[in-house]
Amino acid sequence: MSTEQITGAKIVLKSLNDQGVDVIFGYPGGAVLPLYDEIFSQNKVRHILVRQEAGAVHAAEGYARSTGKVGVVLVTSGPGATNAVTGLTDALMDSIPLVCLTGQVPTHLIGNDAFQECDTTGITRPCTKHNYLVKNVNDLAKTVHEAFHVARSGRPGPVVIDLPKDVMMARAEYLPPLRKEAFKYNPKRIPDADLANDAVKMIASAKRPIFYCGGGVINSGPGASRLLTQFIRLTGYPCTLTLMGLGAFPASDTQFLGMLGMHGTYEANLAMHECDVMIAIGARFDDRITGRLDSFSPNSRKIHIDIDPSSINKNVNVDVPVVGDVEETLKVMIDLWKREKCKSDQKSLKQWWKKIDVWRSQNCLKFEQGKDKIKPQYPIKLLRTITAGRELFITTEVGQHQMWAAQYLAFDKPNRWMTSGGLGTMGYGLPAAVGVQIAHPEALVVDISGEASFLMNMQELSTIGQYRLPIKILILNNFYMGMVRQWQELMHGGRYAESYMDSLPDFVKLAETFNMVGLRATKPTEIEKVLKEMIETEAPVICDIHVDPAENCFPMIPSGAAHNEMLLSPADQAVSNTSEEGMVLV
Amino acid sequence: MATEKFINRHTISILVENEPGVLARVVGLFSGRGYNIESLTVAETSQENSLSRITVVTAGTPMIIEQIKAQLDRLVPVYKVSDLTIEGPHVERELALVKVVATGEKRVESLRIADIFRARAVDSTNESFVFEIVGATQKLDAFIELMKPIGLVDISRTGVVAIARGIIPLSEEM
Repeated sequence: MSTEQITGAKIVLKSLNDQGVDVIFGYPGGAVLPLYDEIFSQNKVRHILVRQEAGAVHAAEGYARSTGKVGVVLVTSGPGATNAVTGLTDALMDSIPLVCLTGQVPTHLIGNDAFQECDTTGITRPCTKHNYLVKNVNDLAKTVHEAFHVARSGRPGPVVIDLPKDVMMARAEYLPPLRKEAFKYNPKRIPDADLANDAVKMIASAKRPIFYCGGGVINSGPGASRLLTQFIRLTGYPCTLTLMGLGAFPASDTQFLGMLGMHGTYEANLAMHECDVMIAIGARFDDRITGRLDSFSPNSRKIHIDIDPSSINKNVNVDVPVVGDVEETLKVMIDLWKREKCKSDQKSLKQWWKKIDVWRSQNCLKFEQGKDKIKPQYPIKLLRTITAGRELFITTEVGQHQMWAAQYLAFDKPNRWMTSGGLGTMGYGLPAAVGVQIAHPEALVVDISGEASFLMNMQELSTIGQYRLPIKILILNNFYMGMVRQWQELMHGGRYAESYMDSLPDFVKLAETFNMVGLRATKPTEIEKVLKEMIETEAPVICDIHVDPAENCFPMIPSGAAHNEMLLSPADQAVSNTSEEGMVLV
Repeated sequence: MATEKFINRHTISILVENEPGVLARVVGLFSGRGYNIESLTVAETSQENSLSRITVVTAGTPMIIEQIKAQLDRLVPVYKVSDLTIEGPHVERELALVKVVATGEKRVESLRIADIFRARAVDSTNESFVFEIVGATQKLDAFIELMKPIGLVDISRTGVVAIARGIIPLSEEM
């Protein structure tokens, strides 16, 4: 082993190489110049220059979610770090593995209110899985390796490493990564055999079962999705997925009931309400899913499989808690199911499916595309049809368009759907698309956007231009913050306070200034042609689609209501009776 | 669930890596998630292994207490979380320094009470004593209550430290 003394900046780059990092998203500044100098003189790690640090973090998220690898961010001290906070929180909420390197003023100036100083570890402590301030260059390599280990082990999440400038310039010996087992932090992956056994027995005994699965399946890796699909088909049980879980089970499968939750399908939510055994896998019973807690799935026994023990019994008490990695746990359970020759209760299951089919026949996602205004659902549905058979990656912003995309874009594979679930970060989709396209240069990457969300991070158009990323931005332009407008209509007497956007840019001209192609559709008859042109254009495209501004997103469980109190169409709005308790919920 | 009303006090021992920010992490978890801290003590317990032990007294419904433990347990520098209140018999102690200003008969009375409670005078002037008292929280509360009418002017308490009875150390439990 060599005992060569190299600079901290070199150690960081070497560590990144050993961690298999091929791309980082960042923005330079004074405190990180030594690192940028190192990046300049090597070719193994590619640096993608964003236009604002929030964009770097979302891009890294898009990269991480579409590849299953750890996304890496590099930003400077002070404002660089504070701009990264939203992205870090987003990654924490959605359990996305990131390592964010932040510059810091030299150690002797820390605490002195130096130029571009902020208490980065203090600020990011609650919005990261873990963070480090490296004050000694001898700890540097070990810390970077540990950060990657922490980011991807257990429930994944963002990790910040704060790097004072003098540490980057000091010299030390490089230490290669340890074996995984050598780290003290090693969350349990293999489930308790007894609990797995109890779970399998309960699953076999079910009369009205449902699989309710989330992003944990996707985080566990493609193997988990395969096993999940195998197990669900083995049982013949229905399956619903959360917003984060879309793609974990093929949407084209007849056993799939669609997404559940606030804007989930009628059949998924009613099946959750009326099931007798719920098998929750890698999902966290969040308030968008459960609706009113005290009437959430009142008559079911619940199994919860999750790698994070703190997710269990947090919101909803469960009967069989199984702590473990989804893939490992499913392996054990499928094994048990086969070994014990378990069989689903076919008679009950038949009746259960009969009931579900009645709910399905409600066809809750139907909409009427008239002759005048473009219904926002229409272009999304059409996008799926015209891209059939193509490798399609979707990112979204946050709002109505996001929910419509979740409802109408059927995903058959994991890691194809990147959306801000937990934090609901407007402006996520455009930079996330940058990360996805960098990871998959040949694939078709579409950011489904609303005009309001798009404006939040549209500086990244310049990034798209610089790297000639052929991203397609599909703006469903309703001139409103649609979801805000919808809530104001339903719950605040139609008083549209500050939810209308005056003086929007001309998106076609905007595209042109960034050397992109700008397209526009204002009539239903134009949509198909415009969408086809969009996906066939090799250059990046902004596609501005003027949609019906009055359209609301249905089905909807109003806040404070239960799964069986859904609004299905505008006709239901009149009887919408949001409780006072519901009004305080978001 | 939300309707659960039984709120209990729990004494939780946490073994942590003695690294910068670890206390902020633990305290931030309590404030960020709206949990109670009734008392908190922390000190290094092993320099060679770089370990600190935090004792926190908290209150909540059984579901909240389970959450607190699970949340603490998933912090990276936390090695061990033990709920002493439910994991078997344990000893709890707290130390207080109590300043009492009094003259004449009251001054004598303060000494008599201190004697009953086995508190020691660790500082004295002609008009005051500082008593050191060690014991369970309730004992300290009772002592302080009795000193109030006599001339109690200042209190400093350590908060609870606790340890399980028997031969097994925290690091080896379970």
